[in-house]
Amino acid sequence: MKESRFDIESAEISWCPGCGNFFILEALKGTFEILRLDPVELVIVSGIGQAGKTPHYLKCNMFNGLHGRSLPLATAVKAANPRQTVIAQGGDGDMYGEGGNHLLHAIRRNPDITVIVHNNMVYGLTKGQASPTSARGFTTGLQVHGVASEPFNPLAMAISLNASFVARTFAGDREGTSRVLAAAIRHRGFALVDILQPCVTFNKVNTYQWFKDRIQPIPHFHDPSDRIKALELAFMTETLPVGVLFVNEDKLTFEEFLPVYDSSDEPLYNRGVNRVELQKVIDLLR
Amino acid sequence: MSLSVKHGVAIVVAGEAGQGIQTIESILTMVLKRSGYHVFATKEYMSRIRGGSNSTLIRVGHERTPAHVDRIDVLVPLDDNALEHLASRISRETMIIGERENLQTLHDLLDIPFSGLAEKAGGKIYANTVAIAALLGILEGELNLLEEYLSDRFEKKGKSIVKGNLEAARLGFQAGRELRSSGKTSFDLKKNPETANDILISGGAAVALGAISGGCNFISSYPMSPGTAVLNFMAHHDSQFGIVVEQAEDEIAAVNMALGAWYAGARAMVTTSGGGFALMEEGVSLAGITESPLVVHVGQRPGPATGMATRTEQGDLDLVLHSGHGEFPRIVYAPGSVEEAFQLTRRAFNEADRYQVPVFVLTDQYFIDSYCSVPALDTGTADIEDHTVRTLADYKRYAFTEEGISPRGIPGFGEGLVCVNSHEHTEEGHITEKIQMRNRMMEKRMGKLDPIVRDSVPPTLIGPEKYRVLVICWGSNYHIVAEAVSLLGKDDIAVLHFSQVFPLPPETNELLERAESTIVVENNYTGQFARLLKAYAGLDTGHSIRQYNGRPFCFEALAKKILRLARKGDRK
Repeated sequence: MKESRFDIESAEISWCPGCGNFFILEALKGTFEILRLDPVELVIVSGIGQAGKTPHYLKCNMFNGLHGRSLPLATAVKAANPRQTVIAQGGDGDMYGEGGNHLLHAIRRNPDITVIVHNNMVYGLTKGQASPTSARGFTTGLQVHGVASEPFNPLAMAISLNASFVARTFAGDREGTSRVLAAAIRHRGFALVDILQPCVTFNKVNTYQWFKDRIQPIPHFHDPSDRIKALELAFMTETLPVGVLFVNEDKLTFEEFLPVYDSSDEPLYNRGVNRVELQKVIDLLR
Repeated sequence: MSLSVKHGVAIVVAGEAGQGIQTIESILTMVLKRSGYHVFATKEYMSRIRGGSNSTLIRVGHERTPAHVDRIDVLVPLDDNALEHLASRISRETMIIGERENLQTLHDLLDIPFSGLAEKAGGKIYANTVAIAALLGILEGELNLLEEYLSDRFEKKGKSIVKGNLEAARLGFQAGRELRSSGKTSFDLKKNPETANDILISGGAAVALGAISGGCNFISSYPMSPGTAVLNFMAHHDSQFGIVVEQAEDEIAAVNMALGAWYAGARAMVTTSGGGFALMEEGVSLAGITESPLVVHVGQRPGPATGMATRTEQGDLDLVLHSGHGEFPRIVYAPGSVEEAFQLTRRAFNEADRYQVPVFVLTDQYFIDSYCSVPALDTGTADIEDHTVRTLADYKRYAFTEEGISPRGIPGFGEGLVCVNSHEHTEEGHITEKIQMRNRMMEKRMGKLDPIVRDSVPPTLIGPEKYRVLVICWGSNYHIVAEAVSLLGKDDIAVLHFSQVFPLPPETNELLERAESTIVVENNYTGQFARLLKAYAGLDTGHSIRQYNGRPFCFEALAKKILRLARKGDRK
């Protein structure tokens, strides 16, 4: 492993040996180097779960909040200071289960943040229950008769909501993941990156080999502005296309829409109260 | 015990939603204020958009009487239903003014053909202007001030609308004057020219202006009556003051957004009601462990659940006091007047920033929807108190310091990294389960309570310093209780109003112990504030007066109850 200025000496990593999260962590560091980011200008917001621990293992600003709530938090961080690079990070349970409603609305709102989902199709932190992306019939200590629900399709959902950037990668492909993550962070607007990630302890079905047998790079001729084609890719289940599925460059971001930044991108912490205007408003009540 | 002209004239305009009661209220109160009267207005309404039976009470007088009253001196019913709706408040002395056409069943009606005069002025749409002007004529308000106001207000709608309104005003005013000169009405009200410079402000606007004055530049909420009033106000001024205003998908998102905004250096608040706040609790708990500042406005309304959506109650004190799992300090303000709402909401931002704790501003529907004339607000000249620091490279978000408060940095401001965590954490913000660290972090967080108590907003004592009976209230009951006790004219009964309800100000025990007997007045069933006094100050309060019918106390009935209990004396 290369040394990175995002390495943190004190980190005592609590993931299982062989966990896909390690690859994602390395891919992230690689991405930040590609983008020449300064840790000071980077904020990573996470919720709860093994994936949610990621910012603890990186040198950057961090808000490790509550289960499923990273998106409203990240949206607000970016809205209060558009100069920061803001990433929200979590697992499939965190982003698609507990935080599902926030995901829908964050896509609609389109803040300029990057959402990274470690999708291992199982709950790791609570020891092996089904997640929203677990396949039908997947049996666990809790889903003893197998999962009855249809698995959640995050890519199709995001594309159907006209999300401005939708991609999928495989944790085992560190370089490919880094490349896509860099594009996602550079993208102006809401970017969703779903990372297929094996859980070596609790998911004995969706293993490294299982993913390797199914992933397929998105063909070079795919036009990511073609929403219908992107949806077709998202609906594929026999093979799992990886790469950038959909990009919509034409959407205004949440921050761009806020009148607060019409004339300046000065963060809110640098602004005072306009007491002259305040007095004017009060005088109108006379 | 009787009401004199000192208590002003109580006018009630009532009718269906959509008939323009609020327009009458807003124009009439402003013109009466400019004419030299103190005004207070409060409305009660049903949770529906059209129809039903709603009313607005306007008190007009020489002195400030910003409190709800049941008595009706002048009633302007816009339909027959209004009479039934208000039956219990109509007495023999109530003068009813209206148009015969709409009020067939009524015998003693002072008939003013609002619609007929409006037709003369150019169309039925001017009927409300006729009614406003007629009331102004009866109360000896100034016609020219009404004309001025109407010209300004309707300027954008075109010349003919202004002309019609002015004509309607002239005809209505004349009709009102005629009632007066014929001796059918006579209110001997003195004018006070100083009121012309007063402002007319609602509780909701006072909270919002206090927030802006306190540096609020971010508000995220989910609409819910009556908290929405504050959100609307902020939205209308977002460009003017540089405020990010966001309607969140739910209350959980709203409170998390507010925490994210504070983390990034903004000053954020959420505004909601009890039902919405119930959803925000996990966010309050998150504020607790991350030591994030947070300002929450809770406009109470009757629960449980949807309860009575447009009515009032003080039933969420316990909820706010105990909201969020785990233990952490908080501050709860409950303003009693619009001036206090402005000052305390402003203060909430500074205190949240200083102590890095959630601060609540607890109001209710009655308070938010009422408005009154007050001398100008003191906006202060000092800048907001900013307690954040520029970080150094070795910055630790949760550093132990001598004062007990860790300096709060902002990501991107300085060289340091700001790491905050919902888990128990080290000084650097990283997860720990070590016993010693847990103990020290808990002690650091809880240790803020002492300085918060020392820094309290003291309760307000109204009446004699040497009292036998102390009538205790909190929040929006301030003016109602003060007016009730002043009506009694007893020199041994005083009122103690708490606008900081948690933590209790240090004066509390001494002030309560001086009384032979106490009466706690609150708008809830279980006596939440009385219980708080017992739990946190060990004080056994004696008598209590509680109301939970969704309406504010009216001071006349309250005065009688207080008198009865005051005579009983003793604590129990």
